[in-house]
Amino acid sequence: MTQNTRIPFHRDPAVRAIAAQVVALLLVIYGLYSVFENTVNNLVARGMQTGTGFFDEVAPFKIGFSPFLDFSLGETTYLEVFFIGIQNTILIAVLGIIAATLLGFFVGVVRLSPNWLASRAALGYIEMFRNTPLLLQIMFWNFAVFLPSLPAPKNSIEMGFVYLNARGIHVPTPVVEDSTGLWIWMALLMALCIGLYRFARLAKARFEETGERLPVFWINILGFLAGGYVLYFVAGSPLGWDTPELGRFNFKGGGQLPLPMFSLWFALTVYTSAFIAENVRAGIQSVSHGQTEAAHALGLSRKDTVNLVVIPQALRVIIPPTISQYLNLTKNSSLAVAVGFEEIVALWAGITLNQTGQALIIIAMTIAVYECLSLFTSAVLNWYNRRVQLTER
Amino acid sequence: MTTDAPTASAELGETVINIDRLNKWYGQFHVLKDIDLNVKRGERIVICGPSGSGKSTLIRCINRLESHQEGTITVDGIELTEDTKHINDIRREVGMVFQHFNLFPHLTVLENCTLAPIWVRKTAKKEAEEIAMRYLERVKIPEQANKYPGQLSGGQQQRVAIARSLCMNPRVMLFDEPTSALDPEMIAEVLDVMVGLAEDGMTMLCVTHEMGFARKVANRVIFMDGGQIVEQNEPEAFFNNPQNERTQLFLSQILQH
Repeated sequence: MTQNTRIPFHRDPAVRAIAAQVVALLLVIYGLYSVFENTVNNLVARGMQTGTGFFDEVAPFKIGFSPFLDFSLGETTYLEVFFIGIQNTILIAVLGIIAATLLGFFVGVVRLSPNWLASRAALGYIEMFRNTPLLLQIMFWNFAVFLPSLPAPKNSIEMGFVYLNARGIHVPTPVVEDSTGLWIWMALLMALCIGLYRFARLAKARFEETGERLPVFWINILGFLAGGYVLYFVAGSPLGWDTPELGRFNFKGGGQLPLPMFSLWFALTVYTSAFIAENVRAGIQSVSHGQTEAAHALGLSRKDTVNLVVIPQALRVIIPPTISQYLNLTKNSSLAVAVGFEEIVALWAGITLNQTGQALIIIAMTIAVYECLSLFTSAVLNWYNRRVQLTER
Repeated sequence: MTTDAPTASAELGETVINIDRLNKWYGQFHVLKDIDLNVKRGERIVICGPSGSGKSTLIRCINRLESHQEGTITVDGIELTEDTKHINDIRREVGMVFQHFNLFPHLTVLENCTLAPIWVRKTAKKEAEEIAMRYLERVKIPEQANKYPGQLSGGQQQRVAIARSLCMNPRVMLFDEPTSALDPEMIAEVLDVMVGLAEDGMTMLCVTHEMGFARKVANRVIFMDGGQIVEQNEPEAFFNNPQNERTQLFLSQILQH
């Protein structure tokens, strides 16, 4: 008889592990079941109906901001309101993430500047915005800064065809006048992109063959802008502009970015950038000084050292905590309720819930929206993270 | 490793590095005091001394990883000043090997070797890779070219670091305690490569405590203490008949084991 077979089952680690997991699983199942049971009983006891019937009912309220999905009072249903809410949440999250990343990188790099004043200013910025509640900051920017300092619509600040006032920013919106022309323009733009891509590939091949470098990035940006402008006329100027015009009380025509949206975006950007700046600083500092020295000793310039040696290594430290900040920003956008921007929580878990009383399904759907957004964001970034993490050993 | 120890300096060429009355301070601390040093082409110099004597600082001044406050350093006819163009010109011609290798962990061995030739010398990628493979063969690890530094042993990493410097075709190689972080059997493989370089006539400045290497390879051994060059001589005379008391004490301490 071997040693193994003589272990009594209650001391066998394999048996114990399985037993513990079975017990845990049973407890969780019982917990979930009792929550479900309890909810159903309570709903029945109060005579409340739950279901998706209200989805097709027309929403009796107005939504001021819906840039991509059409809203018209008296026609839009609750389900469409739900999608408008998702659209606005995604919009503010994407805009916030882009701005917070750029600003955060900038502040994080300045924080490490050898210039005492610059570095202290960055430190002050970080500590100021990291250490106060976001809700307070949103209300501060909206009610204490932007709202009082911007003029009423009739005294709008005019910048070309753009008007800025206390209600928001009024911008001209493009209107399709010639749809075949638009398609031609789109096709030409597509061809231009393919051409620029080919150019970048050729420039890379040439660099590897001869060692000569071209400022490909800037050439491509310029090429796209200039080429796009010229091709627009080649395609016969297919777009017209709907410009905002001042009516008796407010602007008519064009599009409007409401002030609450701007305040929310501004506050989310500033707040999150302070955290991202700290991630960036930590990432750069995690690259040992020996790496910079080795690069310098080989004669690499300061710029090449940063781009080829420091940043690729710093990114591995920067990305994982920055994913969390992106998720935080997305979820924090629900604080928009405080200033009245119409995102998913305000529209769906707020107004719609009040109107219909369908708490259970509405809250569940709201939770699902945030779950999906967060899981999607982290899936994308984890994929990117795996690419930069590299096989180091 | 069967060649005779080079003793005569007859075959040595013109001056490559000239250091004149070099002084350096870290705040109040005077690290380098009135250093004069002249290195001829093809010369192999070993610098030794107790820790804190300024030997690493001295060779780090030569490619401006450290700046000095007084005196002049001239490398290959170019004087080291604040001028970044001069600094980069000099760094291109001066290779350096570090105690902790400092390979770039995010790049493969081959990419480590081609990075500077491609970006600094503007060599075509293909050509840079051919050169890199030649040097990797020379340090006897061509088969590791596509691995990452983290997958190699310490000795292999240090040999890659040497190959990486050689890819820039430097006129001078600086070694800052290249074997101090290695296990004994790995020390041997790194020293073999360094002896091979010396035999090919590379100008070398080497901070090391490997006295066997110094005896075999050096034209000159320099002993530093307290930021000064205390004594310098040909290896034979240096080891057998040290003049200065501090040198005698240092040698008796490191040679008694």
